[in-house]
Amino acid sequence: MSGRDGAARAIQAADLHARRLGLHPGLPIAQARARIPGLHVLDADPKADHAALAQLAAWCLKRYSPVVALDPPDGLWIDATGAGHLFGGDRAMLDDLVRRLDRSGIAARAAMADTPGAAHALARHGYQQVTIADRQVKEALGVLPIAALRLPVDLVLALRKLGFTQIGDLARTARAPLALRFGPLIGRRLDQMFGHEPEPFEPVAPTELVRVERVFAEPIGAPETLQRQIGLLADALCATLRHRALGARRLDLLFHRVDAVVSGIRIGTVAPSQDPCHLARLLAGRLETIDPGFGVERMTLTASLAEPVILRQASSLAAEALPEITSLIDTLANRLGAVRLYRVAPIESDLPERAVAKVAALAPAQTASWPALLLRPIRLLAAPEPVDALAALPDHPPRWFVWRGIRREVVRADGPERVFGEWWQADAERHSVRDYFQVEDQMGARLWLFRSGDGQDPATGSMRWYLHGLFA
Amino acid sequence: MAPASELRLLTFPAAAPTPVQPNAGHPPASARAQTVAKLRTRIRQMERGERSCQAVLPFGVAALDQRLPEGGLRLGALHEVIGGGNDGAYAAAAALFAAGILARLEGPVLWCLTYPDLFAPALAAAGLHPDRVIYAEAGDETAILQVMEEGLRHGGLAGVVGETAKLPMTASRRLQLAAETSGGLGLVLRRWRHAETAARFDQPNAAVSRWRISTLPSAPLPVAGVGRARWQVELVRCRGAKPGSWELEACDVQGRLAVPAELADRPAAAADGQHRAAAG
Repeated sequence: MSGRDGAARAIQAADLHARRLGLHPGLPIAQARARIPGLHVLDADPKADHAALAQLAAWCLKRYSPVVALDPPDGLWIDATGAGHLFGGDRAMLDDLVRRLDRSGIAARAAMADTPGAAHALARHGYQQVTIADRQVKEALGVLPIAALRLPVDLVLALRKLGFTQIGDLARTARAPLALRFGPLIGRRLDQMFGHEPEPFEPVAPTELVRVERVFAEPIGAPETLQRQIGLLADALCATLRHRALGARRLDLLFHRVDAVVSGIRIGTVAPSQDPCHLARLLAGRLETIDPGFGVERMTLTASLAEPVILRQASSLAAEALPEITSLIDTLANRLGAVRLYRVAPIESDLPERAVAKVAALAPAQTASWPALLLRPIRLLAAPEPVDALAALPDHPPRWFVWRGIRREVVRADGPERVFGEWWQADAERHSVRDYFQVEDQMGARLWLFRSGDGQDPATGSMRWYLHGLFA
Repeated sequence: MAPASELRLLTFPAAAPTPVQPNAGHPPASARAQTVAKLRTRIRQMERGERSCQAVLPFGVAALDQRLPEGGLRLGALHEVIGGGNDGAYAAAAALFAAGILARLEGPVLWCLTYPDLFAPALAAAGLHPDRVIYAEAGDETAILQVMEEGLRHGGLAGVVGETAKLPMTASRRLQLAAETSGGLGLVLRRWRHAETAARFDQPNAAVSRWRISTLPSAPLPVAGVGRARWQVELVRCRGAKPGSWELEACDVQGRLAVPAELADRPAAAADGQHRAAAG
């Protein structure tokens, strides 16, 4: 990718393959051609790049967070405050982002930090493809190169000449001489990176979506006032949605503060909803994550995902039905995250840890269940715990065993139930065998033990005993 | 409206085993008993803010149902189930006891957990079909109680179960009120992670009843093997009823408890059963 920089044509961007060959941005095209014959050079098209970036931002807006801004030429800011839990955590969200971009052919690096400046630096100069700024990473910000500070190239070169290579060097130097010589930019970038100075950015506005807005003559900040305004916005939005026969699946509520900081709330619903009370309650439930600062002057509510609603005739002849639980699922899913609210479905596997699959809370009913006569404990330990046991081989239950330091005599036992490894899952399971026993100790506690191996052939397992569950 | 304390005082003579009859005449004993029963119901209604229809789920075990004030486990209320004996950390029997109760109700169930060690096949074996159970993994104890309250308040669920170590007075009262208004059944499974929290289980809270379920040696079989599980079911505390303790057989595939056969055949138990038949 080449572009015109002054009079000479130079490399502006290089893919991984080209970088391995030693080509880097800034290298004149003539030199590169001389080094590598048959080099494939494309002309840069900044306009198309910008358009593609905007398209990517719109996609992020739909999928990840209500506040997304462009960081030209090649970056996006995503304000992920309160958005990570919908994906099961910040890291899961970033992994998902990078994976999806990778699948569509975009090599991306992602970082999450307290400030846009730090995230910008870590994404471009961090060691990993995905970085989450915990305390350890924050301490390491100082060793990043000064190029990570978003300074003009000549300024970076000038600083390098003076011996500054790392951000930490600059942070430790007195500000006044630096500002006198290089202007206020260095100080501001440092403050922005470490969070001493806010850095507002202009979020991209979604297009073609149902969107309502309220502008206030006086900035508002009291929680009750904000809550009332949420109610009014929800009313207005639902009126529009009803007009178009749509229901909201996801809502973005943006708070534009007087100091130009924009923060947002995103909520999701399991089924398209037009009910203003329900939506307002969901939004108000997350209001505590918003800091109104000196006041909010503008609020916008967008239905970033809307689907057609199918209205059903309510019959008064039918038996009085219980209220729909979709609204409850919405409330809980927005509080806990959708991954932590689930139902389970049976899987045809004899291995107990594989017999249960999580499905969405409102997934269609399975009707299938596990065989009722199968003896299964009510509590299954996360991982089988090894126990010391004395048992006669090959197929007798233990006489006694020691679990968590307590010796238990086995009074009664049932078994063995032989469970074979699933060779189609892993090679290591090809020969493995577990023999499960239900045992009862002298106190009346009923436990689920298994022996790894069939008691004769060492290839089937280690012959050690494990405790896997507790019966009632 | 009269203050609540005055009403409480009124219940005392009425709930006493031999109520004083102000009536000078001598009506037949059955009529007298009827009047007393009517009065008791009215007082209970007044106490609970004029809710006349009180749904009840009988256990189907005569000894248990006779002990409970309305002849069964009250729905629209909060109940507490504690794992007894050395089952305090896992509350396995308590969980299955709760599953058996919910299996005999209709509608979806919300089960709030902190540690996902509940094994669904066992719930299904107690009659609680996997399609009916929605699991909510809340991060901590406070979140569990909040999620439970949300579930109870909604009213579309048959019951809400929460596994928690702590149940403070205020939280339990909120849960009880939510259950009362919606008519859902709230069950709190108390299980501890550190033994010292177990000592706090005795502290009072607003739950209507407190049960303690401990495992007992299983029913003896003529051959080697583990028989049907048996529990010591203890009613530790219940509003309007005396505590009691029963040795019962664990839930069957429909979630029903049963009196062990050799105990049921005893003359005293047989008399109990006849008495109930006559009353019903």
